[in-house]
Amino acid sequence: MKTILSNEQLLLTIQRLSHQVIENHFPFNDTVFVGLQPRGYFLADRIVAEIQSHYPEKKLSYGKLDITFYRDDAHKGIHVANQTTIDFSIENKNVVLIDDVLYTGRTIRAAMDALVDFGRPAKVELLVLIDRRFNRQLPIQPDYTGKAIDSILSQKVTVDWQKPEVVLY
Amino acid sequence: MQLSTRHLLGIKDLTPQDIQLILDTAVQFKDVLQRPIKKVPSLRDVTIVNLFYENSTRTRISFELAEKRLSADTINFTASGSSAAKGETLLDTVNNILSMKVDMVVMRHSASGAPHFLAKHIPAAIVNAGDGINEHPTQALLDAFSIREKLGTLEGKKIAILGDIMHSRVALSNIYLLKKMGAEVTVAGPPTLIPKYLQQSFGVNVSYNIEETLRWCDVANVLRIQLERMNQPLFSSLREYNLAFGINRRLLDSLQKEIVIMHPGPINRGVELDSDVADSKQSIILQQVENGVAVRMAVLFLLAGKRSEN
Repeated sequence: MKTILSNEQLLLTIQRLSHQVIENHFPFNDTVFVGLQPRGYFLADRIVAEIQSHYPEKKLSYGKLDITFYRDDAHKGIHVANQTTIDFSIENKNVVLIDDVLYTGRTIRAAMDALVDFGRPAKVELLVLIDRRFNRQLPIQPDYTGKAIDSILSQKVTVDWQKPEVVLY
Repeated sequence: MQLSTRHLLGIKDLTPQDIQLILDTAVQFKDVLQRPIKKVPSLRDVTIVNLFYENSTRTRISFELAEKRLSADTINFTASGSSAAKGETLLDTVNNILSMKVDMVVMRHSASGAPHFLAKHIPAAIVNAGDGINEHPTQALLDAFSIREKLGTLEGKKIAILGDIMHSRVALSNIYLLKKMGAEVTVAGPPTLIPKYLQQSFGVNVSYNIEETLRWCDVANVLRIQLERMNQPLFSSLREYNLAFGINRRLLDSLQKEIVIMHPGPINRGVELDSDVADSKQSIILQQVENGVAVRMAVLFLLAGKRSEN
């Protein structure tokens, strides 16, 4: 077991990611935030809260997206669906898609399919905490990266939001 | 989380966890059905045949819509107008359809146990859409979903099942499901339409008094009188049935509490249910139909997830 981001590092990384988003999206008029179920929204909660703390007067659009029904492996075992809450329009908006770990890219592929069922966004960006950069199976890259790591297939990256910290098994 | 079965033949075979998983998944599908694009690509690699050996409006349309909303390919078979009319056996018909690479079979048949027979002989996953007087599992699941949506939970709720219990597959599936999920069940109707062993075998209360039962219950699930399954007279006339066992506005108002009225359809208006009850605010009959699509999507989606285990 190896700690990738300690508690302190993780909080700094979240602050940096938030500032990068602010830099690109201020004043957030056409920006919406979408956290992926079931784990990405823990990060999204913190990113959105961090941005909100700098601009308490702004009303940020933030929703959660579940991709269970859009997976390309629906027939390989049972997948439990989670709630999707997108109660705003994404038509012509700049969507910041937020997930904790980017690995094969298949989740993000499914997320983009799911997203376009809600409308046609002007632009979709991807924000991830951990990028396992040598394990991609699809041509998908993040726009904002917390930390890029080199890992092999048998390893597992876990974000523990209780502590919080990120570890590699 | 796992479904314990690869077919849905009856509620009898499901665990409470299975039922919970199906109902929870259906909540998310209901959400999908409220969106502008009511379709997801989950089952685009699945072909489903709807095999209907008995008449159906709601169930057939509901299954077909559920399949289409899941992006599955569907084919429809109805006994009339097919080679079944020429005497082809059930197994031959199904094997011929399966040789065209079909993955799942949704079937309704007038013989109790027909889907169980098929499950033993063919590799495809089978969903029972009603077999004779045995079970109609997706109806019980959508009834449970509708009750849960209205009252929050099934546990400890008092559910009355009224009318023709004897010939009703809806009643049997509902009894299995409600007991598994911790609800209290009373069946009520004329003695000739209630099988004797119900109380001992299933732990349900039996009553022959509709008014008393309505006073007791939170939900009344009213069943259709199935004249087509009665080969001897079991009550003297429809008019008399209505007077003794039918539910009308006056009776409901006299209860001085608001109970939920359900009916699996088709309704015999003026027999088991009067129009001023069927169309009232207390009735959730059309919500049941709406929920049916989401519940069937959940069943098909979860069973499709079991296919790789063959």
